[in-house]
Amino acid sequence: MKLDSKIPSGPLAQKWERHKFEMKLVNPANKRRFDVLVVGSGLAGASAAATLAELGYQVACFCFQDSPRRAHSIAAQGGINAAKNYRNDGDSVHRLFYDTIKGGDFRAREANVYRLAQVSVQIIDQCVAQGVPFAREYGGLLDTRSFGGSQLQRTFYARGQTGQQLLLGAYQALSRQIGLGTVKMFPRTEMLELVLVDGAAKGIVVRDLVNGEVRSYAGDAVVLATGGYGNVFYLSTNAVGCNVTATFRAYKKGAAFANPSFTQIHPTCIPVSGDHQSKLTLMSESLRNDGRVWVPRNKTESSKPASSVADADRDYFLERKYPSFGNLAPRDIASRAAKEVCDEGRGVGPGGLGVYLDFADAIRRLGENKIRERYGNLFDMYERITGENAYRQPMRIYPAVHYTMGGLWVDYHLMSNIPGLFVVGEANFSDHGANRLGASALMQGLADGYFVLPYTLSHYFASNKPNRPATTHPEFKKAEEEARARLKRLLSSSGKRTPRSFHRELGQLIWNHCGMARSREGLTAALRRIPELREEFWKTVAVTGGVEGFNQTLEHAGRVADFMEFAELMCLDALTREESCGGHFRVEHQEEGECKRNDEQFAHVAAWEYAGPGQAPVRHAEPLVYEEIKMASRSYK
Amino acid sequence: MHLTLKIWRQKEPGDTGAFETYSHPGAHPDMSFLEMLDVLNERLILEGKEPVAFDSDCREGICGTCSLVINGVPHGGQKGTTACQLHLRKFKDGDTITIEPWRARPFPVTKDLCVDRTAFDRIVQSGGFVSVSTGGAPDANCLPVPKEDADLAMDAAQCIGCGACVAACKNASAMLFVSAKISHLGLLPQGKVERDRRVLNMVKTMDAEGFGACTVTGSCEAVCPKEIPLTFIARMNRDYGLALIKGRS
Ligand SMILES: Cc1cc2nc3c(=O)[nH]c(=O)nc-3n(C[C@H](O)[C@H](O)[C@H](O)COP(=O)(O)OP(=O)(O)OC[C@H]3O[C@@H](n4cnc5c(N)ncnc54)[C@H](O)[C@@H]3O)c2cc1C
Ligand code: SF4
Ligand code: FES
Repeated sequence: MKLDSKIPSGPLAQKWERHKFEMKLVNPANKRRFDVLVVGSGLAGASAAATLAELGYQVACFCFQDSPRRAHSIAAQGGINAAKNYRNDGDSVHRLFYDTIKGGDFRAREANVYRLAQVSVQIIDQCVAQGVPFAREYGGLLDTRSFGGSQLQRTFYARGQTGQQLLLGAYQALSRQIGLGTVKMFPRTEMLELVLVDGAAKGIVVRDLVNGEVRSYAGDAVVLATGGYGNVFYLSTNAVGCNVTATFRAYKKGAAFANPSFTQIHPTCIPVSGDHQSKLTLMSESLRNDGRVWVPRNKTESSKPASSVADADRDYFLERKYPSFGNLAPRDIASRAAKEVCDEGRGVGPGGLGVYLDFADAIRRLGENKIRERYGNLFDMYERITGENAYRQPMRIYPAVHYTMGGLWVDYHLMSNIPGLFVVGEANFSDHGANRLGASALMQGLADGYFVLPYTLSHYFASNKPNRPATTHPEFKKAEEEARARLKRLLSSSGKRTPRSFHRELGQLIWNHCGMARSREGLTAALRRIPELREEFWKTVAVTGGVEGFNQTLEHAGRVADFMEFAELMCLDALTREESCGGHFRVEHQEEGECKRNDEQFAHVAAWEYAGPGQAPVRHAEPLVYEEIKMASRSYK
Repeated sequence: MHLTLKIWRQKEPGDTGAFETYSHPGAHPDMSFLEMLDVLNERLILEGKEPVAFDSDCREGICGTCSLVINGVPHGGQKGTTACQLHLRKFKDGDTITIEPWRARPFPVTKDLCVDRTAFDRIVQSGGFVSVSTGGAPDANCLPVPKEDADLAMDAAQCIGCGACVAACKNASAMLFVSAKISHLGLLPQGKVERDRRVLNMVKTMDAEGFGACTVTGSCEAVCPKEIPLTFIARMNRDYGLALIKGRS
């Protein structure tokens, strides 16, 4: 396998502009002869589908929800970064670029990140033009706030519902195209296979989730915008439908999977309350602007009510350990610090798995009304879930799985190593390295869909004639058969355990061994256990109903089946990366409790190639070459 | 907690469904309503019975996917709360709970508690957008928007498109949803240009999809999980009237 990142030559700041000029164009009259299949309608998919249709391509867009407006992106709360420097606080494209590279612990590709920072400025303009109701100052100009990992106020937001508003903007742009007939939308449709013809991506096999029909679609290119795989952990802040199926199927067809073990754990989630729980709820990171994180100094006080722990007996551990970033330390660092104090027995709440996020000082300083205005909906949500009033007593929070930085390997054009297979948004690996800064995922999804893919996909088309096989081509028939066979196999086992119980067990295993801290021993144990669990799954999973018709148990079982295989790749990647960086913390590699990177041996992207059933996958490395910045050890002290 | 659940079961669209009763001992006050259904479904699967189909995704009250009528009320009657955010601590041990799908002609039942709400998407496709293509947008701050307008637009934009308003209305009117969309875009300068066309087209599609008229009973406002106020309906009626007078289409 050859991993050619296709990074354009020239100085960093000019690469994208120059490259845009160098890339080939498709004559407007020819554009409608190309068909694009976009899988996913979140921020990345909806923005890509809408923009490609605006350009004149014929687009088909698929999602498993009943409406594209419900994609998981809708749940993002806190905000979206952009290097606008409206505050005159020293922001610039270069600084956003630098913060993002540093935040990712120098494991992201320099050229991609620089382009992201450049394009960020246009995203806000685009969204405002679409009518996204961003927060504003009294003078009518846009308001901003700060987010973890940054000392500037560069985050644009729409109350605590930024993802919703950005997605509605993209959904509306998509709806406009659907109304015009340039995009055909297929909701409640799940991609089960990728189809290659002569080595290039030419189609997909889907299951219509309403009537159960398995069918194929052919196109000149396939765009995967299918989001992240955090739900491999079962409990995460992701929507319950998030899954790895589309990208994992593509991996099995030859697409390289990059850095699968890079997972982000978010520090501010509502702690688990029982084993019936189906998901964890995030309390936006923006809360850390005004909330102070603490636990009692002494573990004997950790079961006392917060109000009876004197201020002098409280350990504001983030402010203590990271004085210059304080409560706004990046997510991986804040999460690990919380785990550490809980491991010491100083955690609060049931099971001792929680730390306080306290607004008492902020309420004293700003008044309850100001806090309500800033975070009211989050406080309401917290109360619905926990039954506690956070205006009166501090919130309890604990880290939870939130985002996956790993994904299909893509080059500078966002194309995977399979020609014609493009991957955008959280589904690709490219921009966040080993840790993502808050408010950067929304930025990346929209950058990919609105401003990068439309150019690079056009370049691909300009270099390739329209050439769409019929769906009667043997490759389509073969892929349909594979998909049908897998569905049948799921329905034919002896039925002793539900898909959910397997999902929960797998999730717990991965959380314990490939979660916030990883060790050689734990990962080796997980790698032994996963194949056994998988075997048990295929033998005893209980799936009712049939392939025909609406069958949610079958849908879930299929997603769990892919997680079962994917989990192994994840652990293998974590085991092989003998260093700590960002969200990947190997206990063997630390320095005073902080990550110890090994730049000599691991300053690269690990891209895994599927080698066939029962074969160990092959690890390839794309070296990360930093032309303009010096790799430094990452300090937030 | 021991609950008795009366759940609407319907195999497919057009099928005549019926209630079935399930005794459900395995509930805990900290569970969300949907987690309670998950537990029930696990049991049904192990008994070899068809689990109850219901829709959900985010489970945090923002995606608008969940759609249950609980004891006769869409989303279950806790003010400003979606079904997925309803917790069992709001119920009592020994309660009998009735669970049904949204009932409205434009939202045909897909299976059990799932309905087809694509009619809402078609309404948006007919005009619920700003016609701006990607790439040429002016600087975001070149057009100041008064904070009051932006805040009000945001109030409207909070609509999650769940359809509870339709399900609660005896006429199956979609006015609250459509008025939220119209108000969101109409309040911002970016959306004003197409204001007349938008309201005319969206109302036309709304009627064509079979949604009924609004007789201002306020049942929509009462169940809306995002507390979208009726005043947006008044705003929409005004916009509609003005657009008709101007005779634009
Ligand atoms: C609670 C929460 C809060 C967040 N807050 C922020 C924030 O404040 N700022 C920020 O920048 N980021 C935030 N994030 C991260 C961010 O929301 C996501 O990374 C981002 O929205 C992902 O967008 P996407 O378009 O790549 O994928 P998604 O929005 O996940 O969309 C995936 C799409 O793919 C479809 N799909 C998936 N698999 C298939 C298949 N097999 N067949 C067909 N369709 C399929 C789905 O239907 C969906 O349409 C948050 C994440 C969470 C969980
Ligand atoms: S107006 Fe309220 S009830 Fe109606 S769709 Fe929107 S959020 Fe749901
Ligand atoms: S599941 Fe998303 S709003 Fe209820």
